[in-house]
Amino acid sequence: MDGSNSVGPNAVNSSSLRSGSSIRSSNSIREVNFVDLGSRARSRGGADSDGFGMSQREINDDDARLVYINDPIRTNEKFEFAGNSIRTAKYSVLTFLPRNLFEQFHRVAYIYFLVIAILNQLPQLAVFGRTASLLPLTFVLLVSAVKDAYEDYRRHRSDKIENNKLASVLVNGQFQHKKSKDIRVGEIIKVFANETLPCDMVVLSTSDPTGVAYILTINLDGESNLKTRYAKQETLAKNLENDKISGLIKCEKPNRNIYGFQANMEIDGKRMSLGPSNIVLRGCMLKNTAWAVGVAVYAGRETKVMLNSSGAPSKRSRLETHMNKEIIFLSIFLGSLCTIISICAAVWLRRHRDELDFMPFYRRKDFSDGKNDNYKYYGWGMEIVFTFLMCIIVYQIMIPISLYISMELVRIGQAYFMIRDNQLYDESSNSRFQCRALNINEDLGQIKYVFSDKTGTLTENKMEFQCATIAGVDYSGSKASLQGEQSGYSVLVDGKVLKPKMNVKVDPELLRLLKNGKGTSESNSIHNFFLALAACNTIVPIVVASADADVKLIDYQGESPDEQALVYAAAAYGYMLIERTSGHIVIDIQGDRQRFNVLGMHEFDSDRKRMSVILGCPDRTMKVFVKGADTSMFNVLDRSLNLHTTETKAHLHAFSSMGLRTLVVGMRELNASEFEQWQSSYETASTAVMGRAALLRKVATNVENNLIILGASGIEDKLQLGVPEAIESLRTADIKVWVLTGDKQETAISIGYSCKLLTRRMTQIVINNRSKESCKKSLDDALTLLKKLSSVSGAAENAGRSSEDGLGTTGLIIDGTSLVYILDTELEDQLFQVASRCTVVLCCRVAPLQKAGIVALIKKRTSDMTLAIGDGANDVSMIQMADVGIGISGQEGRQAVMASDFAMGQFRFLVPLLLVHGHWNYQRMGYMILYNFYRNAVFVFVLFWYGLFTGFTLTTAINEWSSVLYSIIYSSLPTIIVGILDKDLSRMTLLKHPQLYGAGQRNESYNTKLFWVTMIDTLWQSMAIFFTALIPYWGTDVDIASMGDLWTLAVVILVNAHLAMDVYRWTWLAHASIWGSIIATWICVMVIDAVPILVGYWAFFHVAGTGLFWLCMLGSVVAGLLPRFVVKILIEYYRPSDIQIAREAEKFGTLREFESAEVEMNSVSDPARG
Amino acid sequence: MPASEGSPDSSSSSRKSSKKPKYSRFSQQELPAYKPILTPQWVITVFVFIGIVFIPVGLASLSAANQVEEISERYDDKCGPQTNNTCERKITVKKKMKNPIYVYYQLDKFYQNHRRYVKSRNDLQLRQTSRGREQAGCDPISNTANPIVPCGLIAWSLFNDTYKFSVKDKDINVDKKDIAWKSDKDYKFGSQVYPKNFQKGEGGIGGGKLNESLPLSEQEDLIVWMRTAALPTFRKLYGKITVDLEVNDVVTVKIQNNYNTYKYGGQKLLVLSTTSWMGGKNHFLGRAYLTLGAISLFIAGCFIVLYIIKPRPLGDPAYLSWNRYPGGGI
Repeated sequence: MDGSNSVGPNAVNSSSLRSGSSIRSSNSIREVNFVDLGSRARSRGGADSDGFGMSQREINDDDARLVYINDPIRTNEKFEFAGNSIRTAKYSVLTFLPRNLFEQFHRVAYIYFLVIAILNQLPQLAVFGRTASLLPLTFVLLVSAVKDAYEDYRRHRSDKIENNKLASVLVNGQFQHKKSKDIRVGEIIKVFANETLPCDMVVLSTSDPTGVAYILTINLDGESNLKTRYAKQETLAKNLENDKISGLIKCEKPNRNIYGFQANMEIDGKRMSLGPSNIVLRGCMLKNTAWAVGVAVYAGRETKVMLNSSGAPSKRSRLETHMNKEIIFLSIFLGSLCTIISICAAVWLRRHRDELDFMPFYRRKDFSDGKNDNYKYYGWGMEIVFTFLMCIIVYQIMIPISLYISMELVRIGQAYFMIRDNQLYDESSNSRFQCRALNINEDLGQIKYVFSDKTGTLTENKMEFQCATIAGVDYSGSKASLQGEQSGYSVLVDGKVLKPKMNVKVDPELLRLLKNGKGTSESNSIHNFFLALAACNTIVPIVVASADADVKLIDYQGESPDEQALVYAAAAYGYMLIERTSGHIVIDIQGDRQRFNVLGMHEFDSDRKRMSVILGCPDRTMKVFVKGADTSMFNVLDRSLNLHTTETKAHLHAFSSMGLRTLVVGMRELNASEFEQWQSSYETASTAVMGRAALLRKVATNVENNLIILGASGIEDKLQLGVPEAIESLRTADIKVWVLTGDKQETAISIGYSCKLLTRRMTQIVINNRSKESCKKSLDDALTLLKKLSSVSGAAENAGRSSEDGLGTTGLIIDGTSLVYILDTELEDQLFQVASRCTVVLCCRVAPLQKAGIVALIKKRTSDMTLAIGDGANDVSMIQMADVGIGISGQEGRQAVMASDFAMGQFRFLVPLLLVHGHWNYQRMGYMILYNFYRNAVFVFVLFWYGLFTGFTLTTAINEWSSVLYSIIYSSLPTIIVGILDKDLSRMTLLKHPQLYGAGQRNESYNTKLFWVTMIDTLWQSMAIFFTALIPYWGTDVDIASMGDLWTLAVVILVNAHLAMDVYRWTWLAHASIWGSIIATWICVMVIDAVPILVGYWAFFHVAGTGLFWLCMLGSVVAGLLPRFVVKILIEYYRPSDIQIAREAEKFGTLREFESAEVEMNSVSDPARG
Repeated sequence: MPASEGSPDSSSSSRKSSKKPKYSRFSQQELPAYKPILTPQWVITVFVFIGIVFIPVGLASLSAANQVEEISERYDDKCGPQTNNTCERKITVKKKMKNPIYVYYQLDKFYQNHRRYVKSRNDLQLRQTSRGREQAGCDPISNTANPIVPCGLIAWSLFNDTYKFSVKDKDINVDKKDIAWKSDKDYKFGSQVYPKNFQKGEGGIGGGKLNESLPLSEQEDLIVWMRTAALPTFRKLYGKITVDLEVNDVVTVKIQNNYNTYKYGGQKLLVLSTTSWMGGKNHFLGRAYLTLGAISLFIAGCFIVLYIIKPRPLGDPAYLSWNRYPGGGI
């Protein structure tokens, strides 16, 4: 390994990141197409910069946690550090009932339910039967409780599995198996390959003689490449099983920063500092290392992964929150109705106070059984109170409790259709859409912001070498063939065939040149180019067995997927990196094994934007190979030697236009004096105590000079299928797409280009600062620029130029370090100002919690709906913070899915999910809520009007049974069916015109105005129904039951006809449910009237025999619906919404494009995938 | 969808493991459906249709109401304010009334739909002899020791004025048979249930008494009374006159004024009315229908004019918001 040039502690601190912001003008060619060269500010055995600008400091004893190595008793005696058992379950057997009830009663509706039920228990107020009034509440509570219990049981089970995993723990000098939950801080733990780490621990030694351990952090940050961790030299040597190891680790208190760790370790009187590269975290997996031994420093809930998985807050949909507001209005209506009735009753009683004893229908005195007191008369004041309370009981359905149940059912139905949707099925991972949260379906139709992770979400996280330009010749034109067809490049070593694990497409022309054209300057360049690719990196080749015993595969492991791709590419062209140690590398060049001494390596830093390696070649020449971003490379070339600069630049531009990540490779031969000069300064710099990084950078800058440009490579970060199209669709739908990634800025930007998030004409604002002041300044600058731009583009638009090509649009690129200074400070507001004016925001190098912080930034300041989508555990906090969290399933790592509300296989599914299902769900749910408000209110108003004619005594003409059945049988099924199945527009139309999604963003289906309009309509309809029947029947011999039947049927027909008027799509189910409900009502009314002991016996059959009955019914329904119908026609015709026009177009096919859209969308959303 | 047809050969092997949702028109929400759009043609058709249905119906019901001849005579003031007296009223017939002529009594401000009142009955004891002791719900007119049949306020307050009609000193017979619903007589009021302890409580006498030798099923006045009226002004059938009354006939009514409405100021009226398919003399519904029909035709006319002077082509993409305000969409 490259250990000799290790950078000591304190070396890389605040200087390695560029400060200040650079604002690029809109028409400049993309300046940054720099590729991640590996972020290894790696320093063996030293603390390195933790990426957040915290400089190494002595840890204060008060802030520290003291861990005595291999002495858990002493470690734990003073402070009770958390044990290693974890608990994600919410309830225990004992706490289930109270806690679950408590949580359920957080719903105001349930409390209302309960209060009504309790009120009804009072004998003075008993309106309905006692058990009957409790039944609905009990039922609802029970169903929810069973659901919660089942979910918690599953959590309990997974906790148990997790807690009972076995781990090897050093006890009395011997490694013994211990359950994971029994691990204590201070214990020494041995982990074997492919095991998941049970707790956070500092690495003491590994199976690798140099103390390297490879870990897979996919569960933690979603990155699927291996990361290297190091044991300290001092502990490496110890044989832990025999030597009694003892020492003290002084480390930070547990925190959530998964990229940071600070500690000191004292062993044998020697003190050394520990950094993030010395700690391995719970949830990571040990790879390619036979074993690793470490000491537990954080356990259980104090581990970083657990601290990062903040508890899942229960989400409530926007619509439901909004609805709860309107329910307050409904409560006010209810209160007003009750007040009116109570006041009227009070006046009536007062005016007739002398007559109460004589009125045959009142008769206050109770003479039964020889009593001589008042019968059910509690005094004037009490009567008013009781009237009020009874009123609430009688009119309780004004608050549509049944709506909550209907909503649950509708959501289940909607979920069914989302899960069953073929277009949300991912064939490559064989995964269906998953609905994990059942109460936010409709939020999918109102999303304004999408926060997306990059790795694994937008991309497949597979880098692929695509093409190269060498010495001014572009080798991407000819047909590339997969070398796999010719069994790939391989070499014979010790009788075994060595093959790179991955095959890369090669250019036959280039291959031919490599094989034949020896000696030409052209082939020299090619040789050096591939040598550079194979050597100038930090990739570690690992030989793994394959299915065929004679064939061994070389797996290139490293932190940078780009480097991996380059090395694989080099191997495919016959430059196979076989061995890398700290001092030398072995490369098999066209079957010829050559050993190169690694004399020095200048690591990547973001100032230079390049890295270099100084090799001692077999022919005793010293060469420096450099690779880096084009901008930085073209500054350090030797103009006299470079004849192909223009061509290379042109090719680079072509590559990057194709969305490829480009890297320029250069080299220079060092003569003896140059080398000596470099070597002496390099050694001085690497051993310097102060300002080592700056010195090293200076050395690097000196040697990376006068380069010959060999060529450049184009690497494709393979996007998932359909991502650019999906992003395009989302943006057309006016959804802002933000990308939050742990990647480096340059990588993030290049991905931004390839997925069409950023366009070349877009103005970029870059903020990457290392202090609060500079952040503030950058934000201020950005804001002024944005204001200027918006005025310019406004003018441009006025002048008739379209802004579609991204002119006048801006993209903000901000990194995690700056966010440290911005989030949770007063700068947040400014950031929000800037970010909300930008079309695109890219956040790079962000920690999991920062992702959540950015989501919160938007959530706090706007009422816009946010959606977060990601695949790794690093996205969990963001997924939970956003209004809607979506996990990408099918990849490794399940945390994101577990934390998400919805899970699906591919990013592109977001389009049908939001634009189609989200739109439908929102429209359906919005209509359903309004309709349910209307439906219940119209019924209550009919009861209320009647109450005015009964001496304000709350007699209901509609009998008790019909009242109960009204929201169960008479009118519930149609709204549920319509809520599940109605579609305002077809899938094709919605996909073709993403702008139609705006209806949800503008709250078109449900808003306060609609609510009030509906309520006014309700008032009119109830009056029409009530008075159309009342007036002709006034002063006739009609009895209560007949009147009640008339009103029951009229109301039911009215509300169903109202629904029928608004149904968009009449499937047989809609017909069946709507007309079926009316028929069912008819049957119910007849059945109820056929019970002789009920008051209304046979009333229906009598009243239905009169013409007046039918005329009243028809007249009242028509009169009730007429205003609504007229208004509906006028609005649809003269104030048509986009949806209305699209519906018409769909029906009449006036748009050719609607037709052709079907074919097109089919091919996009349903591609043939292997 | 196409995807399901894509690979029939591979699907057989991977069917078990594949979680691909099975295609059906239902699960893909592609059920065939009718998509109504309110086109001008439809709108005008609907309104014209309402108009041409409602106007004739309105006219018909108006003419039906006009055919009904109704005479109502308030008598509580003339015969009161004492009760238990007789008084005579003369009513002149203005138009010929063909038999059957229905005789009603009408009360106002009498809340037969008052909550205390409507609940104060027991339907079980009315039906079955075995439940005769049931008094539940009958407060304040109940007595568990000496069970009252029929118990409760409703029965207790039975209306008990009687009328005797004569024209030119010739008595006219009032048929009091079959004034109650047959269903009530047959199933609701028991033919074996006889009144017991009725109007004998300490609470005083509320209204009419019952012939204890007749079963409840034959006490038609009670049965009619116990069909509690829906509204505070109501009439109840007293009987039927089976002869025609000619124009300018003077009907003399001898009223036995028993029922006390004076204490709360309620009116009592006597109503003679013929009937039609529409029921009683009621012009409201006919007028309402005519109005609705006229409004519909008017609206239809308005829409025709609107569609002509300000038409909008249906489904014209130019009206989409992002086409009307380009640039505003993004």
